[in-house]
Amino acid sequence: MLNHYPLWKYILIIMIIVVSAFYALPNIYGEDPALQVAASSRNAKITDQTLAQLAQQFEKEGIHYRSAKMSETGLLFRFKNEEEQLKAKKIAESTLGDNYAVALNLAPATPQWLLDMNAQPMYLGLDLRGGVYFLMQVDMEAAIIKSVNTYVSDSRSILRKAKVRYLGSKRVGNDVVIHFKSAELRDKGYDVLRREMRDLSFTEKDDGKSFILRGRLSEAKLKELKMFALKQNITTLRKRIDEKFHGLVEPIIQQQGDDRIVIQLPGIQDTAGAKDILGATATLEYRAVDEEHTVEEALSGRVPPGSKIYYARERKEGSRVITAVPVLLKKRVIVTGEHVTNAQAGIDPDTGGAKVNVSLDGYGGKRMGAFTKDNIGKRMAVVYLETKQETVRDKDGNIVRDENGKPVVKRHTTEEVISNAVIRGHFSNRFETTGLDSVQEANDLSLLLRAGALAAPVYIIEERTIGPSLGQDNIDKGFESVIIGFIAVLIFMAVWYRKFGMIANIALALNLVIIVAILSMLQATLTLPGIAGIVLTVGMAVDANVLIFERIREELRNGNSLQNSINAGYEKALMTIADANITTLIAAFVLFVVGTGPIKGFAVTLSIGIVTSMFTAIMVTRAIVNYLYGGKRIKELSI
Amino acid sequence: MQILTDTHIKFMEQRKIAMFVSITLIVISLASLTIRGLQFGLDFTGGTLLELAYTKAVELGPIRDELHNNGFPDAVVQHFGSASEVLLRVSPKEGISNAQISTELFELVRKLDNSVENRRVEFVGPQVGEELTETGGIAMLAALVCILIYVALRFEYRFALGSVAALTHDVIIVLGLFSLFGIEFDLTVLAAILAVIGYSLNDTIVVFDRIRENFRKIRKSGAVEVIDASLNQTLSRTIITSLTTLLVLIVLFIFGGELIHGFATALLAGVIVGTYSSIYVASSVLVTMGISKEDLAPVKREGDEQEEVYEEV
Repeated sequence: MLNHYPLWKYILIIMIIVVSAFYALPNIYGEDPALQVAASSRNAKITDQTLAQLAQQFEKEGIHYRSAKMSETGLLFRFKNEEEQLKAKKIAESTLGDNYAVALNLAPATPQWLLDMNAQPMYLGLDLRGGVYFLMQVDMEAAIIKSVNTYVSDSRSILRKAKVRYLGSKRVGNDVVIHFKSAELRDKGYDVLRREMRDLSFTEKDDGKSFILRGRLSEAKLKELKMFALKQNITTLRKRIDEKFHGLVEPIIQQQGDDRIVIQLPGIQDTAGAKDILGATATLEYRAVDEEHTVEEALSGRVPPGSKIYYARERKEGSRVITAVPVLLKKRVIVTGEHVTNAQAGIDPDTGGAKVNVSLDGYGGKRMGAFTKDNIGKRMAVVYLETKQETVRDKDGNIVRDENGKPVVKRHTTEEVISNAVIRGHFSNRFETTGLDSVQEANDLSLLLRAGALAAPVYIIEERTIGPSLGQDNIDKGFESVIIGFIAVLIFMAVWYRKFGMIANIALALNLVIIVAILSMLQATLTLPGIAGIVLTVGMAVDANVLIFERIREELRNGNSLQNSINAGYEKALMTIADANITTLIAAFVLFVVGTGPIKGFAVTLSIGIVTSMFTAIMVTRAIVNYLYGGKRIKELSI
Repeated sequence: MQILTDTHIKFMEQRKIAMFVSITLIVISLASLTIRGLQFGLDFTGGTLLELAYTKAVELGPIRDELHNNGFPDAVVQHFGSASEVLLRVSPKEGISNAQISTELFELVRKLDNSVENRRVEFVGPQVGEELTETGGIAMLAALVCILIYVALRFEYRFALGSVAALTHDVIIVLGLFSLFGIEFDLTVLAAILAVIGYSLNDTIVVFDRIRENFRKIRKSGAVEVIDASLNQTLSRTIITSLTTLLVLIVLFIFGGELIHGFATALLAGVIVGTYSSIYVASSVLVTMGISKEDLAPVKREGDEQEEVYEEV
């Protein structure tokens, strides 16, 4: 029968509508002004008592909060309006003091039962919610030069150890160049170096005066070096951001290309502060543990000269928190981080336990060898040091300047013990730390070792900051445009195609719901250009219906029966719609591949809109048309 | 409501006039693009930009002086949207592609008025801008090539050339418009131009689809008649879709805010030019290149044999 849809198609359509409506639902609840509280120092902890204390204080000052919740990151209070939220911030700061961080936030007001079903509101981009975006360039050239320099000093110690005489070894470009007096010595040197330095491939050359061996890093090793530098920077940046904001922001830190890092800090306004932490530097120190004295003694005030108290790094093992244990270390440093060339987590084949393999350069290996020879059975610790610079500000938040007008920068260093192990034997430039509790711990330790090792410099090459008020403005304007554009098209279609226009309007409304649902499900970032893409989709989505309806009118004018005209209209328009939309999809796809940030957002909403509009404009309108007209005797179509 | 039904406009007769109009517009656009060039935004040139919001209307003079006297002699200071909002721009300097510039700029204006709010900061390093200019160009070319291939596969190479001619026509004229009126060309405008490519093509494909259908259906008529008939049959659809799209774009232009202005402008111009080009440019190319019914007849094996026989005779 003509213009009849089988039952399963109706069921499918209704199912899609129900699912879409459900996932679009979280977006209508909006956001509550909220206050987040987290512990910012070692001595502070968030407990039920903190919550009770604040709740009591709020009550005393006449501030009503909607709800209070404790989570992994800290406390979250929700308020009715921004005024109460700001008042509460002042109260919380004065009640809790310096050991706690208090931050303003917007918390989605989505009910818990929806969150339980994994239904979340759309993820807003920085241009809509405010925040900072940084694009950072890792200075690969510097990383490679540093690494080649290590090979140069290694080559010297290897040749010396093998008693092969050489005239000199130096770095030329990215190559290690070694001069010998005779071809014979060079051949000997080549034999030794080839065995000891497998990352380099050597070529021979004579310049008349001396015999040269030129070692070049293999492509694979270069690639590994770059990956290493990038991963290392991502790790340190993530660690610093977490520490700076005490887990109060949800940073996005991603690799872009093979030498860049994207950092997004939603809701952060203090760009100067953010830049400070991005510019911090880290290093390592291997030190002997002072076993002649006890930590307790030192803690009570009698710190032996030549020793110092350090604290072990606090870390999480599942839900268990291993707190900062004090350790007494000798002041003399055995080896520093610049001599660490690599650190890799692995599994000990004998015991099956987790371990970390550490490599040192020639100089570091010699120092380590000399130390471990006499200290087998004693303990050695690794201290992780981080120097941060902070721009000094006065009470009003103005930058303090020195007499030359330069901003005053304060540097401070944090020191943490990240490893404390017994020396099991005499070793030099290659050794392993075993007996770690888990693979997770081994990974963490190797990451920290690498972070403090040869650090490749990074610098900011792009910054975009959007203030919160502008973000809200953008949301409002975007939302307004969607609504007004939508209404304008609804009116136009209703006037132009009457009843069929109304059917197209239902499809259009449904299209919007499905787009919102898909964006929410994918948690794709919605940006201002993304909203523009939705607006554009609203205008273009009716095109499919226009094509179909015009075709139906044409068939009617040609004297076809009503039922035949409807059928022919849909059938004939179908291929045209598909062709036309696929070409637009191609343009959107190119845009997605090439574009960055907000532009990607536009490509995403445009593509989603094209696909969903095909479903709503073809299947949904057909279903309604078939339901209303299919198999019925009608005299006239309202088209 | 219905208009433009059953029209019999002889579009192809007007194609000489249309060609004249198109060529004139393209020449003006290209001339402006070579002489004046495009006013590239920060995304492409690199540099630093700050958007500031004051509590009340603010004079630009003192801000300008403060910046000019404190190491930013080339800082551009202008109102943005309203008298209480200000835009600062500093072009990239050799050596100082430093991200600290934005912090310093804000400190300087804060000294003048403590209540100023930092609404937006954009810093783009010169290398990022250069890359973007390159990838932007590649994106446009890639889109055009992909489309050319798709249309050539789905239709025939002459159709592909026709649609790409129309697209190139549209892109050049929109770029020309931006160059001629000195409207800033930023990343969102580039996105809009790619969307124009998508839209204009959409329009062209609908017309081409009908031309193909009619070549197979209408037996005894020449290419010009078939194309004219197809254009007339799709005319009301072309106009209505353009109208609804223009409707939302006007809304976007008025309500979307400053940041989206360039985007809306490019699309508005693109939709108008794209609608025109799908009627006149794309189809004219088909006629000029001598498209005929045979080109679109379904390929038949026997047909090939017949041709061989014919040659032997």
